[in-house]
Amino acid sequence: MIDFLQTYGLIFLVGSWPNGPLGGFAGTLLLAALGLAGAFPFALLIGIARTSSYQPIKMASTVWVYTFRSIPLIMIIFWAYFLVPVLIGMEVPPFSTALCAIIVYESAFLAEIIRAGLESLPKGQIEAARAVGLGYFQTLLSVQLPQALSNMIPSLLNQFVSTIKATSIAYIIGVQEAAFSAQQINSIELTGTLRTYLILALFYFFLCALLSRLARVLERHLQNKRLGLAA
Amino acid sequence: MIQFEGVNKWYKKYHALNNICGEVRKGEVLVVCGPSGSGKSTMIRTINRLEEIQSGTITVQGENITNPKLDINRLRAGIGFVFQQFNLFPHLSVKENIALSPIKVGGKTRQEAYEMAEALLEKVGLRSKLDEMPSNLSGGQQQRVAIARALAQQPPLILFDEPTSALDPEMVGEVLNVMKTLAADGMTMVCVTHEMNFAREVADRIWFMDQGEILEESTPAEFFNAPRHERARKFLSDIIH
Repeated sequence: MIDFLQTYGLIFLVGSWPNGPLGGFAGTLLLAALGLAGAFPFALLIGIARTSSYQPIKMASTVWVYTFRSIPLIMIIFWAYFLVPVLIGMEVPPFSTALCAIIVYESAFLAEIIRAGLESLPKGQIEAARAVGLGYFQTLLSVQLPQALSNMIPSLLNQFVSTIKATSIAYIIGVQEAAFSAQQINSIELTGTLRTYLILALFYFFLCALLSRLARVLERHLQNKRLGLAA
Repeated sequence: MIQFEGVNKWYKKYHALNNICGEVRKGEVLVVCGPSGSGKSTMIRTINRLEEIQSGTITVQGENITNPKLDINRLRAGIGFVFQQFNLFPHLSVKENIALSPIKVGGKTRQEAYEMAEALLEKVGLRSKLDEMPSNLSGGQQQRVAIARALAQQPPLILFDEPTSALDPEMVGEVLNVMKTLAADGMTMVCVTHEMNFAREVADRIWFMDQGEILEESTPAEFFNAPRHERARKFLSDIIH
């Protein structure tokens, strides 16, 4: 095992970097982090639009959510991979293609979490905010979102975990990330399949377990803060 | 200060407010009572447009509030509103709850607003709870903070929508006492309430509502001693056992 890790450790960690694009575990982390960072602002807007009383905005956001929530990620990746170059008339690197697909896909799920978070607040909260003279956006920013986002943290982190795992599909269009590295090592090694994929599995496991743990800690912290227990 | 002229409201086919006409004068305490479902809460909520009306006009301080060009946030900032369920913002401390509107709407600095919050908490007897979170307060204390929050808007007028109905009986007194102090200070108040002793002691006038109509408009003395309307007599005998 030590031998194996010595030989392939670097490929697991960073892929073919610095001779090629950053890959391996680092590639996965980068893809997931950029994917989530990109999806979240979109999701925020779409989630808010879903609760809007202005019909065109509400309709458009609903169509977005229903469309991308109902299509498997791999389909969106394929569409992006084959269609986008035709539309814009130039090659798009696999990493960017996968990133865009993940952003689009995750924005639909995150938006639903945000919508649910906003709608689960008691109606009296909005009424109280409007009654003291706050406008629609002030109410959203000062009263609804702070409460909704903190209520949503467990669901959001849950979605983050599933995004990290979802990035593994991107290996299919040749994106350098952890699953791609494992695939590469497996085709060099040929006999070490179990070992190779065990290491890959452990990587995903520890990363996601850590995030789940973080979700618990954050949740408790926020609960205490609301109860006024935090110093 | 407030005028209702032929105000009607329907929920689908249900006639929630039926030709409401009346006036609330500056500095007076108006108590609105009546059986549940009589339209009292709906009526009081039309004054700051938490409920829209379908016909008629409501004028607040000389301004027609149904005017589509009206800046509704400015209107609401000039009217205090106290809810049955307090509706404090649970993610903000007591001080921040009170300071939110003065900062965001009133254009005060954080420091000015916090000083004001402190003074108002003093007034409602909760000076020591400045940095507490609302969930650490009892119902009566939360409602007093809610009154302080309404006062922070420095409104000429405060509306109370059943402010003591969600409270345990032993906490009703502390909230009513704060309301009495406000009345004594000359605040214009409209109170939807079932507290008949409060009505008797503090109200200048009483509206009795039933089925979306104002059936009786009188002084407390007239209303409690010689209610004119059959349904008002029935209501009083039901509520005063």
